Amino acid sequence: MNNPLKIVFPAIAILTFAIAAHAAEPLQLNGAGATFPFPLYSKWFSDYSKATGVNINYQSIGSGGGIRQLLDKTVDFGASDAPMNDEQLAKATPSIIHIPTVLGAVVLTYNIPGVTQSLDLTPEVIAGIYLGKITKWNDPAIAGMNKGVVLPDLPILAAYRSDGSGTTAVFTDYLAKVSPDWKSTVGNGTSVKWPVGLGGKGNEGVTGLIKQSPGSIGYVELVYAESNKLPFAKVKNSSGKFVTPSPATITAAAAGAVKEMPADFRVSITNAPGKEAYPISSFTYLLVYRQMPGEKGAAFVKFLNWAVTDGQKTASTLSYAPLPKPLITKIQARIKEIKTN
Amino acid sequence: MDIREAQLPRPAAASAMPKEVLRVPRRFRPRNGKGPPKQIKDVHYGDRNFYYLLRFGAFATIALLLAIGIQVGCLAWPAFQKFGFGFIFETDWDPVNQMFGALPFLHGTVVSALLAVFIAAPISVGVALFLNEVVPRRIASVIGFLVEMLAAIPSVVYGLWGIFVLAPFLRTTVQPWLATHFGFLPFFKGPAYGVGMLAAGLILAIMIAPTIAAISREVFKAIPDTQREAALGLGATRWEMIQLAVVKSSTTGILGAVVLGLGRALGETMAVTMVIGNRHDMSLSLFAPAQTMASLIANEYTEATGDLHLSALAAVGIVLFGVSFVINFLARLLVWNVERGKPREAR
Amino acid sequence: MIVRDTLASHDFRRKITHHVAMVTLFLMACAAILPLGFVFFYVVEQGAPAINWDFFTKLPAPVGETGGGFANALAGSALLIFMASLIGIPWGVSAGVYLSEYGRGRVAKILRFSIDILASVPSIIVGIFTYAMLVMPLKRFSAIAGAVSLAVIMIPVIARTTEELLKLVPSHIREAGLGLGLPRWKVTLRIVLRGSMNGIMTGVMLAIARVAGETAPLLFTALSNRFWSLKIDQPIASLPVQIYNYAISPYEDWHRQAWAAAFVLVVLVLSLNLTTRLILRRVDGKTR
Repeated sequence: MNNPLKIVFPAIAILTFAIAAHAAEPLQLNGAGATFPFPLYSKWFSDYSKATGVNINYQSIGSGGGIRQLLDKTVDFGASDAPMNDEQLAKATPSIIHIPTVLGAVVLTYNIPGVTQSLDLTPEVIAGIYLGKITKWNDPAIAGMNKGVVLPDLPILAAYRSDGSGTTAVFTDYLAKVSPDWKSTVGNGTSVKWPVGLGGKGNEGVTGLIKQSPGSIGYVELVYAESNKLPFAKVKNSSGKFVTPSPATITAAAAGAVKEMPADFRVSITNAPGKEAYPISSFTYLLVYRQMPGEKGAAFVKFLNWAVTDGQKTASTLSYAPLPKPLITKIQARIKEIKTN
Repeated sequence: MDIREAQLPRPAAASAMPKEVLRVPRRFRPRNGKGPPKQIKDVHYGDRNFYYLLRFGAFATIALLLAIGIQVGCLAWPAFQKFGFGFIFETDWDPVNQMFGALPFLHGTVVSALLAVFIAAPISVGVALFLNEVVPRRIASVIGFLVEMLAAIPSVVYGLWGIFVLAPFLRTTVQPWLATHFGFLPFFKGPAYGVGMLAAGLILAIMIAPTIAAISREVFKAIPDTQREAALGLGATRWEMIQLAVVKSSTTGILGAVVLGLGRALGETMAVTMVIGNRHDMSLSLFAPAQTMASLIANEYTEATGDLHLSALAAVGIVLFGVSFVINFLARLLVWNVERGKPREAR
Repeated sequence: MIVRDTLASHDFRRKITHHVAMVTLFLMACAAILPLGFVFFYVVEQGAPAINWDFFTKLPAPVGETGGGFANALAGSALLIFMASLIGIPWGVSAGVYLSEYGRGRVAKILRFSIDILASVPSIIVGIFTYAMLVMPLKRFSAIAGAVSLAVIMIPVIARTTEELLKLVPSHIREAGLGLGLPRWKVTLRIVLRGSMNGIMTGVMLAIARVAGETAPLLFTALSNRFWSLKIDQPIASLPVQIYNYAISPYEDWHRQAWAAAFVLVVLVLSLNLTTRLILRRVDGKTR
């Protein structure tokens, strides 16, 4: 060594700089999960970061991913539209709590050349398309209900989620309720064996696929279709009315559930009764362990309280339905159960 | 001793040398006085430590490879235990009912890779011949450089281009044309989605062409010019010279290059994931969406529902690793005598 | 006359075959270069106009909003590559030096074979490996896990290049050093390595060009981050992963940014490769 000081001083300088930089960095939490509420969550986390300086990094990898990573404890919280089932909950130590954050709608969006209006679709038609029984857009089953629309002689390309998805769980849950054929052939869950179609990754991937492919149809959350200017269908609900998905009709779907909400908030509101109810609606949840110690826990609990109160104001700007008011007090009580010490 | 040696002046006998010069220094004397003298690397501390340091790096590298194999193997073991090795031939991939089988993905990987090789190999070997035999050296190095730059473009950029340029082009132009003219073949049946096996095969072909071309060029360069000159001297046209002197003697090398390209195509993940359509099905049609082993793992790994699912994905990884290992090993055997691993070989 | 005519017709056929073959080879060369042109110029055409100051300085905007940039992804990629190099360069160089200096014997044969296999391991498998070794036990996605997976990909590239280049150093240089009384390790380090520094740097640059675009292993190790973060124990954004996420999304603005990022990535990778080639040309020229 010619002059050891040549190395020592810069090393010390770099070290002190690194330590100082590290000390000044804001608190960061990591979460992963559903793509269904991702547009709203990304807005929430961005607003929350600007307001409080706490960075909550959320990666939309799908509900299946959220549940898995939370069970593996590689993230601080998860997010899912489909509530965890008993088998998954049994694996969690300490136990996991479901915190409903907003309500959303799964809409059938499509890309049919020349069709910009909203088609009327019945549950039988939707099941028929995804079972591979209805293969062309000008099939009489579809054309019969949409007399004013010119449907081309184009094959139907059904798009589904290739990843483990809460949106899939909600959609297949609905299909299983309205189509005995579907229930026996395919079933419901976050990941099913689709008889026909093409897979896209995340709500983003499916929407992207639909935008690129003429003749395609897919099931995505409402805001994805709206913000990409894609038309979406009116679905016939259990009362026989063709309902347009919107925050109002989503809230109507949740009305019944509020009265009979189970204690852990795990509920399905697909095919809900009510004249104005949109039949493919769902709660979406943030999943968190009952014990979340330290700075992170305290910060996250603060965020949860913010989300179910102040955060609800931004929900409807992105076409999500805010939580029903009677539910919010129950949810806040549940949030208090999270131990942060 | 022949007659000339006997006439040389005899050197002084070895025993005439002073004893100090002949004696082996103490530190080089072998332990127990038996055996050959030790080497510098075993004796000088700096050398010995350096040697051990390097050896450590070497063993660490070997250990790394073993670690990868063992770790992924351990993750995969539960799936193999449950399904046996028939796992590779099962077609059901059903996370809901916890049934897993790797055949659709093996099919997807092999078909897309073979399609890529089928398209790329003739073109790449042609390019290598063109650059080596036909074109003057200067232009050849420029064009060769351009072709190798193709290899440097990252997979995700190819995927991006594939989604927005290739897939629409296939959907609007190529697939309809193929369907009208060759639609009777089982390979071109089904609706034209754009994305699917054909898109994946084409993108892979573009990605492996530089590899095959570069190695073929090395193979051709290794053939001595005398062979070429002999053929030309006998009156062959340039093309006949290429056939006789170059191609005929380098078939093994060319095959090795093609197999190496195949190996590379097997492992490609991102570009394929973005254009293959993500469907867990096997179909003869090139228009159909499919799934490869690598794209399956990329899509489902972070969200495997349950430990068996994760294990099944790792098992698919082992199958992929195995297939890739066999193909690359085969390629190395074929190309072993060509100068291996030149620094310019971009992957 | 008959003989000459027969010969002439046969010659004519051979000539035609030759010309047809030459044209075919030329067309094949075009077919090989055309995709490069398509891809490269499309990336430039879409990406260059989308580059603006915001791209380099802003963080990603919330979903659906326009604006925002790739600042955290650029910094994240830089950090990942830096850390991967810290791990990969010493490791790869030591394996390469071992092979070139002590390269006879069973260990060396096994090592060469291992390096070849390592070089051909699909990058997704490296991702699974790092996930199992670093993400699951530490219970977090982290930049260090991402860096380790990139290092595993870099090691065989650097080892191969180092070995090749050190072999190019003529033995009389080593012998001169030894003859002057230097211990072998000093000869290797100070004379041989220092002399091949150019070449080794090119090997490093090639390795960096290779891992700069690697996406698959980062998906399970470093995940991604929507905020600015340079912490090594937290998820970190990176250029290729962000491009992937934006590419499969439906938002036009995100597509535009993805092209811009692809442009930056391609420029980086191609310039590294070009520099490598130029330096190596000089090295080759010197020793030929």
